[in-house]
Amino acid sequence: MGSNMAEAHPVGFQWVMEAKARGARVVHIDPRFTRTSALADQHVTLRAGTDIAFLGGVINHILTNDLSFREYVQAYTNASCLVGERFEDTEDLDGLFSGYDPRTASYDASSWAYESVPVEERPGGRAKEQAAPYQHGSGGPPMEGGAQGIARDLSLEHPRCVYQVLKRHFSRYTPEMVERICGVPQDLFLDVCRAWTANSGRERTAALVYSVGWTQHTVGAQYIRAGSIIQLLLGNVGRPGGGVFALRGHASIQGSTDIPTLFNLLPGYLPMPDVTHESLAAYLDGVRRPGQKGFWGNADAYTISLLKEYWGENATEENDYCFDYMPRIDGDHGTYRTAMDMVDGKVFGYFLLGQNPAVGSAHGRLQRLGMANLDWLVVRDLTMIESATFWKDAPETETGEIVAQQCRTEVFFFPAASHVEKSGTFTQTQRMLQWRDQAVEPVGDQRSELWFFHQLGLRLRRRLAGSTDERDRPLLDLAWDYASEDGEPSAADVLRHINGIDLRTGRTVGGYTELKADGSTACGCWIYSGVYADEVNQARRRKSRFDTGPYDAEWGWTWPMNRRVLYNRASADPQGRPWSERKALVWWDAERGEWTGHDTPDFERTKPPDHVPPAGSSGPAALRGDDAFIMMSDGKGWLFAPAGLADGPLPTHYEPHESPVRNLLYGQQASPVRKVYGRPDNPSNPAPPEAHGEVFPYVFTAARLTEHHTAGGMSRQLPYLAELQPELFVEVSPELAAERGLTHLGRAHVITSRTAVEARVVVTDRMAPLHIDGRVVHQVWMPYHWGQVGLTTGDVVNDLIGVVADPNVFIQESKVLTCDIRPGGRPRGSDLVDYVEDYRRRAGITPWTGVRIVTAGGHDGPGHTEGDPWEGPS
Amino acid sequence: MSRENSFHGPLADPAADAGHLGHPPRMGFFTDTSVCIGCKACEVACKEWNNVPEDGIDLLGMSFDNTGMLGAGSWRHVAFVEQERPLGRQDAGLADLPTGPSRSEAAAETVSRALPVAGRGGGDLGTAPVHLGFPSFELPGAGTGAQGRTEFRWLMSSDVCKHCTHAGCLDVCPTGALFRTEFSTVVVQEDICNGCGYCVSGCPYGVIDRRPDDGRAWKCTLCYDRLRGSMEPACAQACPTDSIQFGPLDELRERAARRVAELHGAGVPEARLYGHDPGDGVGGDGAFFLLLDEPEVYGLPPDPVVPTRDLATMWRYAGLAAAALLTAATAVFLEAGR
Repeated sequence: MGSNMAEAHPVGFQWVMEAKARGARVVHIDPRFTRTSALADQHVTLRAGTDIAFLGGVINHILTNDLSFREYVQAYTNASCLVGERFEDTEDLDGLFSGYDPRTASYDASSWAYESVPVEERPGGRAKEQAAPYQHGSGGPPMEGGAQGIARDLSLEHPRCVYQVLKRHFSRYTPEMVERICGVPQDLFLDVCRAWTANSGRERTAALVYSVGWTQHTVGAQYIRAGSIIQLLLGNVGRPGGGVFALRGHASIQGSTDIPTLFNLLPGYLPMPDVTHESLAAYLDGVRRPGQKGFWGNADAYTISLLKEYWGENATEENDYCFDYMPRIDGDHGTYRTAMDMVDGKVFGYFLLGQNPAVGSAHGRLQRLGMANLDWLVVRDLTMIESATFWKDAPETETGEIVAQQCRTEVFFFPAASHVEKSGTFTQTQRMLQWRDQAVEPVGDQRSELWFFHQLGLRLRRRLAGSTDERDRPLLDLAWDYASEDGEPSAADVLRHINGIDLRTGRTVGGYTELKADGSTACGCWIYSGVYADEVNQARRRKSRFDTGPYDAEWGWTWPMNRRVLYNRASADPQGRPWSERKALVWWDAERGEWTGHDTPDFERTKPPDHVPPAGSSGPAALRGDDAFIMMSDGKGWLFAPAGLADGPLPTHYEPHESPVRNLLYGQQASPVRKVYGRPDNPSNPAPPEAHGEVFPYVFTAARLTEHHTAGGMSRQLPYLAELQPELFVEVSPELAAERGLTHLGRAHVITSRTAVEARVVVTDRMAPLHIDGRVVHQVWMPYHWGQVGLTTGDVVNDLIGVVADPNVFIQESKVLTCDIRPGGRPRGSDLVDYVEDYRRRAGITPWTGVRIVTAGGHDGPGHTEGDPWEGPS
Repeated sequence: MSRENSFHGPLADPAADAGHLGHPPRMGFFTDTSVCIGCKACEVACKEWNNVPEDGIDLLGMSFDNTGMLGAGSWRHVAFVEQERPLGRQDAGLADLPTGPSRSEAAAETVSRALPVAGRGGGDLGTAPVHLGFPSFELPGAGTGAQGRTEFRWLMSSDVCKHCTHAGCLDVCPTGALFRTEFSTVVVQEDICNGCGYCVSGCPYGVIDRRPDDGRAWKCTLCYDRLRGSMEPACAQACPTDSIQFGPLDELRERAARRVAELHGAGVPEARLYGHDPGDGVGGDGAFFLLLDEPEVYGLPPDPVVPTRDLATMWRYAGLAAAALLTAATAVFLEAGR
């Protein structure tokens, strides 16, 4: 679901084909019939943006027909935990959970807590500004007292136990409701339910695959939560052939969240300190709570080792390991906020590395106008991309909004070395690091990113040498001591530092359990610890599965600790025996007194399955022998999230920000905590209950073609790829073509309140209309790879998309919006501006459109605009 | 092996027939289109390795196929076929949706009809002034579902030179530029080819083609250089789902037979092999296919025959005719001499 795996991840798709050859049934649920559907056993067309309604229907099917894997659910999930009495569900509040504050459009999550857990009230306004839920990263959010007794009802009958709360929450997600919301006929929906449940349990497991088709929504994190709930209920987590597979958007995007390029995270999913953290102790208290279970309990060792890696000998216990040198965040510094701040003149310089926001980010126009308002811009890329040339050839130069002679931004273009011209690792979607050696020398001035930043650091320090200004200390005190190979900083040595070093012996540590909080170890990323164990580059291993067994234990290296399946303790029953021989993965070997199996056990090696920790313990020591989810603060897989999410403890169907239909389940139309940016330069198309939605009657979704690479910088410049998909096109069904008079291969243009883009029409049976609550809804699809530079050029599809985001992670809703489509080319020059303005006028669009977030219970909530965007209705 | 037989019919060892002694087994491709995902990695890998030029950045509108056909600039070609019919037991999920009639066939037919006469390699099709003449639709908006399309499948198939047992191109080449390798494959030597073009009309599949710049003929070499270096051809190595399989032809034929049986068992009765039969008009192909429909659907000739098949017969008839003429002429003289 939400994945076009065959096209976007063709190399990984070979394993799906192999599974199919062995008898696996492949179901593809997607708004259109893609190359993935062509190879699936079943394709299900659904309306873009309604996946939670579908998944909620599956959850309801499982619960009402009692199809869950009961023993697994009882032992390893929080199904039996009792939720506090203050909790109120969306069923009670017309689509809102308890704790909602309409003024900040955020939740105080304290009422979602377990019954026996102490919580203070925590208004969600600040958390929403820094995408706090993302900061919980690889483990769960902190929760005080998770190690102590949480009130439970193992019979799962108590009306406030998670199992019953879940049942009630999803009780109206019936097959009939799924059909009305998603457009999926009931028979087809029930077929999928049957296939999913029949292939789960003791003897069988089912895998769930998603990609950016799930993440790029205002409720993206909750899409994944919904999928995870199903997989937990069916016992498909931590077991072979099960799991929730997040197929990442690019090579090593997994790596760039593990060692992040994100404003709110440090390596290993440690949160970025914020302005409230006056000391290291205060920071650590925010990461872990007293008396919670699990391996986040050792966050002090991970953090102090990271500070030791950054500042080396300068980091001492006396100076809090230079914790004060860390930058602090004080709000939203995400990519879209930054682009708007550029427009508003608050940002002066910008580095762009391997990214082409002029084409690849939502609302490309906003990105370009922002970049045109900087002092300087550094672009490092393989070719001259649109984000380096926008000042002379952006679409805004055609409309007169950017004039080359007047554009103030000074652009520095640095040619970059490609992946074959430098050595290093990729971290792929399965968390596996694979080392690659340099194949050829880079040409001319092309340099690696590593060289660039190493040199930048050296040169800045040279400039600042001798400075007595306190603010220069963090830079001057950096260790910055990487070994060099032929004048280049050694990537292998960097990986060694990431692995971590025992400072007393100078040798690499064997794994994160060896990291210390006393300053005797340094480690660049605790979850990667072990990748250079025994001074060997473990990521460079290439022993075939034919020599090492199906889990490829010696091919590359997977974090954490070379585990291929996370939480694999759950593959054995509470007594430590495999649930079935067929699905054996790890198990307790009573004779040798240790966990063993085909994979590295994700559990303390010698902790027996019947272990009960002594009272008063916390951290890893507080984990019971059957607490399979060792990163969670209560050791359990969370069906219900008592903390940690900005938008609710349970997934709930909300319509997308822009939708042609009213929410059929609740008065609350769209996510009540979605992040909106009400500005004149970021208009929204109206959605019910707002009027004039008919001006943009169709559902729009965009995605990739296998022949091109994202924003096209690596494909539109290459003749062998450009000729395979030579021109921007828009896919429509024969029915929509008839409705709008579109002809195959003719020209058409797609319009939103942001702009209009032109493309060739492809009329295809692969697109089909849907019945949504008694009316016919059409969907329109476009690939988004084109821009004005390269062998094949075209309009920027992302210009159609406005900025509205998921509050947990700040991902934009670019997978679903509304649009109109008309035959013929779009107006050119300044006529385009007038044309789009006319559409906005007909749709009655103002900065207040789409930002009156609360619609539950007939409320007329406040509009969330930035300041007072202009004189007008409010 | 008689010389006469080497122009058609089964031939156990084409390399030996061509004079190679102690040669490796016959190597070839088995392309299993039932697992092709249409990624076109084969096309790109082929061009990269063999330095085949870009040959047209033109939107053709034949589903996702913008290559069009095999030629001097495309030695691998992935065909995309959209059809209003089911694939085995696959459920396309269209039942009960508010669909109207299919347009797959209309689009494919009209594009293929217009392509040969279109400018810019077909890249301007549909943008005026060429009118494609699609049937118009009377149904405004959605259909009722009653007459709507309910079935759909999307076939993909990577086509390539067949490296025939009896290769028409090779047999008609007057310069010896085309030759039979020790792997029994058929290769053009670019430094010998003089661009006469006989091979183009000699190929029953329409594979080999001349480049417009210097007129020389080009086609797939089955990566002869890689084979000599004990590597598999670039396309097969790049194929992520093993739709393109490379190996000794005997092995591939066994594997293919098993795969067809497997698919038949799995409810795909339409699976069939193409080009595997040594008794066919070209003596069997070195590159053969598993198809899910009639060959014509993929743009393949249903019954390819090497033009030289009838050469011996033609010579025999010509000889007979000559003999008859001679006899007649002699008879005339004999008559006259009486």
